[in-house]
Amino acid sequence: MSKLRYDFHAIAEWIGEGETVLDLGCGDGSLLRHLADTRGVLGYGVEADPENVKASIRNGINVLQIDLERGLAGFEDGFFDHVVMSFSLQAIHNTIGILTEMLRVGHEAVVSFPNFAYWRHRQAILNGHMPVSENLPHQWYNTPNVRFFTIADFEDLCAMNSIVIRDAIGFDEGVRVREEPNFLASVGLFRLGREH
Amino acid sequence: MTQPQSVGVVTPKTQRFTEPLLLTSGGRLEEYELVYETYGELNADRSNAVLVCHALSGSHHVAGYYADAPDNIGWWDNLVGPGKPLDTRKFFVIGVNNLGGCYGSTGPTSIDPATGTSYGASFPFVTVEDWVASQARLADELGIQRFAAVVGGSLGGMQALSWTLQYPNRVANAAVIAAAPKLSAENIAFNEVARQAILTDPDYHDGDYTAHGVVPERGLRLARMVGHITYLSDDAMAEKFGRSLRHGKQVFSYEAEFEIESYLRYQGKKFAGYFDANTYLLTTKALDYFDPAFEYGGNLPAALSRAQADFLVVSFSTDWRFPPERSHDIVQALLHNRRSVSYAEIDSAAGHDSFLLNDAIYHGVLSAYFDRIKVTAHV
Repeated sequence: MSKLRYDFHAIAEWIGEGETVLDLGCGDGSLLRHLADTRGVLGYGVEADPENVKASIRNGINVLQIDLERGLAGFEDGFFDHVVMSFSLQAIHNTIGILTEMLRVGHEAVVSFPNFAYWRHRQAILNGHMPVSENLPHQWYNTPNVRFFTIADFEDLCAMNSIVIRDAIGFDEGVRVREEPNFLASVGLFRLGREH
Repeated sequence: MTQPQSVGVVTPKTQRFTEPLLLTSGGRLEEYELVYETYGELNADRSNAVLVCHALSGSHHVAGYYADAPDNIGWWDNLVGPGKPLDTRKFFVIGVNNLGGCYGSTGPTSIDPATGTSYGASFPFVTVEDWVASQARLADELGIQRFAAVVGGSLGGMQALSWTLQYPNRVANAAVIAAAPKLSAENIAFNEVARQAILTDPDYHDGDYTAHGVVPERGLRLARMVGHITYLSDDAMAEKFGRSLRHGKQVFSYEAEFEIESYLRYQGKKFAGYFDANTYLLTTKALDYFDPAFEYGGNLPAALSRAQADFLVVSFSTDWRFPPERSHDIVQALLHNRRSVSYAEIDSAAGHDSFLLNDAIYHGVLSAYFDRIKVTAHV
C-alpha cells in the first residue's frame, strides 16, 4: 500500500456503484481493490512493470501488461465509465495523446499529479535546488518523471485541447486546500470530460 | 514456503469409453481410450481439479517421473508439484494424452476394432473441439463437474480457450499461454511444409507405413526441424549457436558443419525415433483448423461471448510463432465481453518455447494467479 489513501478516497467519491473503470499505471492494484470493495466496480488496471503486474494479480485485480506510451489502441470508444491515472501523467511523454485516449475510451477521466508550483517546491528552487518531497521523492538524476508542470499549466492544457474540467481538488500533503491551489497544493486531482 | 519439489513417481492410468464420439469432421470413434496422469489429491467437494492440456508433441506426462524410467520427467515438471506455481498440495492436476496421439490414447497407431489392424491413415481427423469434448468425458468419469482451472500453452492454450466456449460452466479459470485464437497464414504455411515432408516421404505409403514395416523417418525429421526453427527466436539461436562451426573452420561439405545444423539434425532424428507421423499430420491440421471466430464471421468478441471463466493470458516478447498480438486479440475480445482477464507479456529471449522454460517473472505471474484461486480445504 505505497500510494496515498487520501487520493484514493477522493477518487472513489467520483466513481458510481458498479461502474467499469480503467486504471492506467495501476501499481499493485490498491486503488482498483479499493474501488471494487467500496463501489463494486468492474476494474481493469494497466501496468508495464512486471513486479506490479504480479502484485496486482495477487491483489485479485484484472491487470493488463501494456506500455502506455503505445496508447490505448486496443480499447473500444466509450467502454469505460471512468479512466483513472493516479500519479503517472508526469511520467509519460505523450501527454496530450494519453489524455485524448483516456477521454476516447472513457466517459470521464480522473488524473492526479504532483504540482511543481507547490510553495515548498518554489522554495527549493529559490534555494537553488530541484524540489524533493513526499510527492516528488526522486532526485533530478533518477526521477522517472519526464514532464514537469503545475496545476496552472495543466488547466491551460485542458483549455487548449477542449477538455472540460468538471472538478478539481488540491491537496497539501493529504489535506484539502481551499484556496490558491497552484501555490498551496502539492497534488492536483482533476475530473475531466468532453463537451457533449 | 518450502522448497519446490517433484511430485515423485507417477503412474499413467487408462480410461476406456464405449459411448461413440462424434467428431467435428463427421467421423466417429465407436470406442476409445484416454491415457492420463494425476498429481495431488481431489478434495471432498471436487473443486480443486486443474486440467493441463498439451501442445503438439506433448503428452499426459506433465510432471514427476516413472519408477522404471527416472530420467523421463514430465514436460511441465517445473510448473507442477509441491511448492511450484501449480501447487499439488492445493490442486488436483490432470494431464491427458489427446485423441489421435501416440502416447497411449487411441490414435493412428492403435488397433481399429473394425479391422483388427492399426488405424494408420484411416484414423479420423480430430479437432481442438473434439479433444475438449473427450476431455470432458474423462472429467465426468473422474466426478469433476467443474475445473478450478484449465491450463495450456500453445496448442494447449487453444484447448483451454475452447473449454471456456464449449463448457462455460465447467471452467472457473483458464490460463491461455503462448496461444492464439487462430493460426496465421504463415503458421499454416510452416505446418504445410512439415506435412509435405512427411506425405512425400517414400516410406509414408499413404499413411499405412506400419503395414510396410517402416516409418517415414526422413519426413518426420524434416517436419521437426522446420518446427524447431519456429519455436526458437533469432536472438536465442544467435546466442545458443551463432555461426559456430563444429570443426572450427569451413570444410566445404554438406555434413552438419554449423552447430545449428547439428542441433536441428539431432532434434529431428530424436523426434523421428518416437513420434508417430500420422499423429503429427493430424495434430498440425487440428492447429490449422482451430478458429472459434470462424462461425461468427471472424468476429472473435462474438465468439468469446459464451465464456464465463476468469482468464489469465500470457505471451512472450520474442514468440513469433504465436506473437503477443495474437494474445492481445484474445484479451480485447474478453474485455469486450467484460470478462475478468489479466494479461502478462513476458520479456523472454527464447521464442515460443519460453512457455516450457523457467523464468522467474513468468512463474511468478502463474503463482500469483493460481494462488488466488479459491478451493475448499483438503479433507
